[in-house]
Amino acid sequence: MKLVIGIVRPEKANDVLEALYRADVRGYSISRIQGHGGELDRVETYRGTTVKMGLAEKVRFEIAVSDPFVQPTIDALCAGARTGEVGDGKIFVVPLERVIRIRTGDIDLGAVTPRGA
Amino acid sequence: MGGPALSLAGQTNAGDTAWMLAATALVLMMTPALGLFYAGLVRGKNTLNTFMMSVGALGVVTVAWALIGYSLAFDKGNGFIGGLKYVALRGVTFEPRPGTAIPQLLFMSFEATFCILTAALVSGAVVERMRFGSFLVFTTLWSVFVYAVLAHWVWGGGWLQQHGTLDFAGGVPVEMGSGFSAFAAATVVRARKDFGRQALLPHNAVYALLGAGLLWFGWFGFNGGSGYSTGHPSVLAFTNTLLAPACTLVVWFVLDLLRGGRVTAIGAATAIIVGCVGITPAAGFVSPTWAMLLGAIAALPSYAFIQWRPRTRLDETLDVLAAHGFAGLTGILFIGFFAQLSWNGRANGLLYGHPGQLGWQALAAVAAPAYAFVGTYVILRLIELVMPLRVTEREEALGLDVAQHGEEAYATGEGAILVVPEATIEAELAVAQL
Repeated sequence: MKLVIGIVRPEKANDVLEALYRADVRGYSISRIQGHGGELDRVETYRGTTVKMGLAEKVRFEIAVSDPFVQPTIDALCAGARTGEVGDGKIFVVPLERVIRIRTGDIDLGAVTPRGA
Repeated sequence: MGGPALSLAGQTNAGDTAWMLAATALVLMMTPALGLFYAGLVRGKNTLNTFMMSVGALGVVTVAWALIGYSLAFDKGNGFIGGLKYVALRGVTFEPRPGTAIPQLLFMSFEATFCILTAALVSGAVVERMRFGSFLVFTTLWSVFVYAVLAHWVWGGGWLQQHGTLDFAGGVPVEMGSGFSAFAAATVVRARKDFGRQALLPHNAVYALLGAGLLWFGWFGFNGGSGYSTGHPSVLAFTNTLLAPACTLVVWFVLDLLRGGRVTAIGAATAIIVGCVGITPAAGFVSPTWAMLLGAIAALPSYAFIQWRPRTRLDETLDVLAAHGFAGLTGILFIGFFAQLSWNGRANGLLYGHPGQLGWQALAAVAAPAYAFVGTYVILRLIELVMPLRVTEREEALGLDVAQHGEEAYATGEGAILVVPEATIEAELAVAQL
């Protein structure tokens, strides 16, 4: 089991969701974050104040998957989020110690696999 | 001209002048109100750009109006377009505008606010994708070659006015003019890249409601001032501006209930606009009772079109055609049936024994949309030869606030690094500007 963390452009979040759906990945959380990953700073001016905006808006996907789903999830994130410009984001894959589904008490593989209601 | 010929004797009237000074300010406020209304209906990343299109019109259209637009609309000229007598406001003085008892200087200002608002209305068709610079060029040319011509037709001694077409406060130049121009603009500029692929939702319904409320408030000056006096036509128009939009709201509530079981806020904001638009051409010509009927029926074509349009490929983004084009057309035709000499002192409609009136109203309802559409189409195609109309796809994704203005509507300041003035990074900034 892995936790796949994908950091993507906000405007590509819908494309990622669509790609994940096509890859049969059904469980994920997303959050709006700000970050900096080496892209060029934007310059903004408010009256006499000029600032470089060092942080860009991003969306973070957190997706816990069983091992066979790791690569399809990564592929879906890449397919949905890539524009080819600097700032497309990153994917981190980290090992998962335990997963528990709160409602049923299912653990690990049982918990990352979607179940009917 | 909306009002009766009050004074040809060359005297201005203090009461009329006082009211028209206030009415002019009321109408000017409608343009930032429209900016707020439109800003609420777009995504958060395009808030400022959308608002700035209205602010842009306040600048460039006013200048164009003073330099040439006013003359082309309100100098006698020929049946199609006015002359050049008033170019750069030459001869526009404290003398009364013929047919009114207010100074021509004030008349020019009052009419300027109409032109500004109408130019800003068209922006609703192209928000979230059009380059700001191209929009300014477009809106300047549009105010001269489309708005001024249409205003001349019905108010400046043009062919429709000569034949007796009635248009109290702008069904032809303002409402059908903006609506069908918006249709053409959406056709030329084409759809947003995400249109039909993603849900593109209004980001702040409160802005939309507040903007619509302020527009209604300003509309009392818009319609109430279009009699150019404090006389009966103005009082009638003022009252009808209260009654008709209220009826549109009620009908819209019912339509919302029938369709989805709930009354929506964005729908209500839209209904206020549609009602004000519907009564605009007819405001000083129909009885209060008929104005209420007009408010009610004006809701129907606009509501139907707003439901249907998003299923097409036409990204006429903020439904200017539905809210202004169709509601304005409804109002113009309505005059042909329900105008009442005993209320307006000018003419009867079909119901009161003068079917010819309907003919001239119908002609206006064909000619104005056709001219607005073709004129706008040609202007945008010509601009396109010189400069791109749209931002790049990347800028569209990033949002036009940052891409076009270098500002954000909801800046948090997190991660903002102050650039000290003496820093020698001007060149670097130019590169870094995406």
